Amino acid sequence: MKHTISVLVENKFGVLARISGLFSARGFNISSLAVGETDDPSVSRMTIVVEGDDRTLDQIKKQLNKLIDVIKVVDYKEGSFLDRELILIKVSVTAKTRKEVLEAVESSGAGIASAGSASISIEASGDQAKIKALIELLRPFGILEVVRTGRIAMDTGDKALKAEGKPEVNE
Amino acid sequence: MKMTGAQILIECLKKENVDVIFGYPGGQVLPIFDKLYDSPVKLILVRHEQAAAHAADGYARATGKVGVCLATSGPGATNLVTGIATAYMDSIPMVAITGQVKSFLIGNDAFQEADITGITRPITKHNYLVEDVKDLARVMKEAFHIASTGRPGPVLVDIPSDIQMQETEFDYPEKAVIRGYNPHCSGHPGQIKRAAKAVAESKRPILYVGGGAVISGASEEIIELATKNDIPVTMTLLGLGAFPMPHRLALGMLGMHGTAYANHAIMDSDLIVAIGARFDDRVTGKIDAFAPHAKVIHIDIDPASVSKNVEVDIPIVGDVRVVLKQLNEAVKKPDTKAWLAQIAEWKKLYPLKYKNDESLRPQYVIEQICEATKGEAVICTEVGQHQMWTAQFYNFAKPRTILSSGGLGTMGYGFPAAIGAQLGRPKATVFDIAGDGSIQMNIQELATAVANKLPVKIAILNNCYLGMVRQWQELFYKKRYSYTCLNNAGPDFVKLAEAYGAVGMRITKKSLVRSAIDKAIATKNVVIMDFVVEREENVFPMVPAGEAINKMISGGLA
Repeated sequence: MKHTISVLVENKFGVLARISGLFSARGFNISSLAVGETDDPSVSRMTIVVEGDDRTLDQIKKQLNKLIDVIKVVDYKEGSFLDRELILIKVSVTAKTRKEVLEAVESSGAGIASAGSASISIEASGDQAKIKALIELLRPFGILEVVRTGRIAMDTGDKALKAEGKPEVNE
Repeated sequence: MKMTGAQILIECLKKENVDVIFGYPGGQVLPIFDKLYDSPVKLILVRHEQAAAHAADGYARATGKVGVCLATSGPGATNLVTGIATAYMDSIPMVAITGQVKSFLIGNDAFQEADITGITRPITKHNYLVEDVKDLARVMKEAFHIASTGRPGPVLVDIPSDIQMQETEFDYPEKAVIRGYNPHCSGHPGQIKRAAKAVAESKRPILYVGGGAVISGASEEIIELATKNDIPVTMTLLGLGAFPMPHRLALGMLGMHGTAYANHAIMDSDLIVAIGARFDDRVTGKIDAFAPHAKVIHIDIDPASVSKNVEVDIPIVGDVRVVLKQLNEAVKKPDTKAWLAQIAEWKKLYPLKYKNDESLRPQYVIEQICEATKGEAVICTEVGQHQMWTAQFYNFAKPRTILSSGGLGTMGYGFPAAIGAQLGRPKATVFDIAGDGSIQMNIQELATAVANKLPVKIAILNNCYLGMVRQWQELFYKKRYSYTCLNNAGPDFVKLAEAYGAVGMRITKKSLVRSAIDKAIATKNVVIMDFVVEREENVFPMVPAGEAINKMISGGLA
């Protein structure tokens, strides 16, 4: 089963290596990983998509929580979260297919990022279903290159994942 | 007041009440060594950095304080790695300080450069590369805090040599503030209630006590829980000493080389109370067959240890000692009369034994060391047969008296650990029980022990074999002793001891064992006792790898 895990971490060097090390040391492949600073520049947020049974994932979450630089870990359950991914797709075009491609892009709600003489670069953002549909839509035209940012996710409800303003104090 | 990074480091050590550290100098720690020269913090100069880490570990295990080691960059730092990994596996509080090449050279493949924070990432609880001298005091405060709290472990601090020389205002923070690190302490009251109920309803309960009990100082609480409620106690290698041996409720060690009665008891139990133990594969044997009728209560400070290997019914995350205090107040005595009678029967049927004839057998030596020291010496071990015989035949009466590499199984651990232990507990009698293989892995530390007048007693159970591997080859590889015979190639341990200024004895007769031990204890110098023992003695009982732990081989002794 695929799990989408959000991790709030200290925005420091070496943190990514610690986190990826946890997965690699246990023989897990990370399907996607997106990292960026939050509104608080001292905190980064990672969204990790990983496949595994519940028991191993439970162990991974506990291990993540043990890392000193990890502030919070949330495992999103299927259906209860909002997810987006940005994709760039370069499709080959000829004089004959250019119009068809442009129409397909428009109908799908994607945008044109740049257009060359023999190719068009398309950008789109959306959930996994939308991204997958777009790739399938464009595949017949000849996909030259695909680049994806990896999934980012947050809870659909009013709950917010925050590092908390006040750190707890240890004696 | 302005100070250099090196001076700040020493001041931090003083603030943490560190009076002794273990280390070895080198190019990138020269500024630190210069400040150590006239500092009250004493450095024990080892002869190999690996020993510095093990000695710091031994010091920590013997005293409960944080052990500190110091090495230079590159090979100095990489030589610490085995010692750090050993401490990590056994949850030992340690701060390892390494010099690093100058900040602007990092990543240049500079002379004696190694990415030690990268190398030690999976074997430290946390590590730091100090990038700014202004961070140093805070980093040191955090390092000691992280190393010693929660589930303890080693923390490495890597300090480039230019930062050791830069100056800044010294201001030691009173508290470590780390938002991602807040270990639990007391157990959830609801879980305590459930656990108390499970104990009261049990008919065949057993306490399974691990190293966490020793770390948290929970001996008294365990003794109370066991004796007030008549519950038998078994211990892991690292848990030995947490409950006194011998005792009517003590079953000794369980697992691969545990006692038969401990293994039968845990397999037949209906309730396991795991206390600071982690259901290691050497303890559980075949995991699917482990204790099939038992409910499991697991008390541990590390949530990641709970339900990792064995499904737990009642997890209680918290400090073992605090949780046991709570549990002791809530618990009601179960009726265990029939259960204790069954265990007494097993004890009678399957006692620990060996062929006690005229030949000099290793188990006899350990029994005699135990008698001579009344079970109260600090006993360090290396790794192998002698380690298991020590666990079986030395009756540990108090916590922090067995120092042994349980998780990583590091040969060469015991002697440097004994040096650290002797420094931490100068009045204690400290033994290193060793094999002739293991002792040679850090034998150079004889110089350290002699130079610092640390009268460690080394008992070598010399069978001219790498005995534990030979035993496996005998039992499972048709006696094809592939590279396990040390071939009478020496060294002559008596002469070796003398060459270092220590005392050497060779004991070849059973009748001379006790007098040699007594003489060694009375000697105010380092002593090597070279016990020339039966060459092909095996450790029994033994659970073959992958078998259920009640499927023991007894070697025809039971």
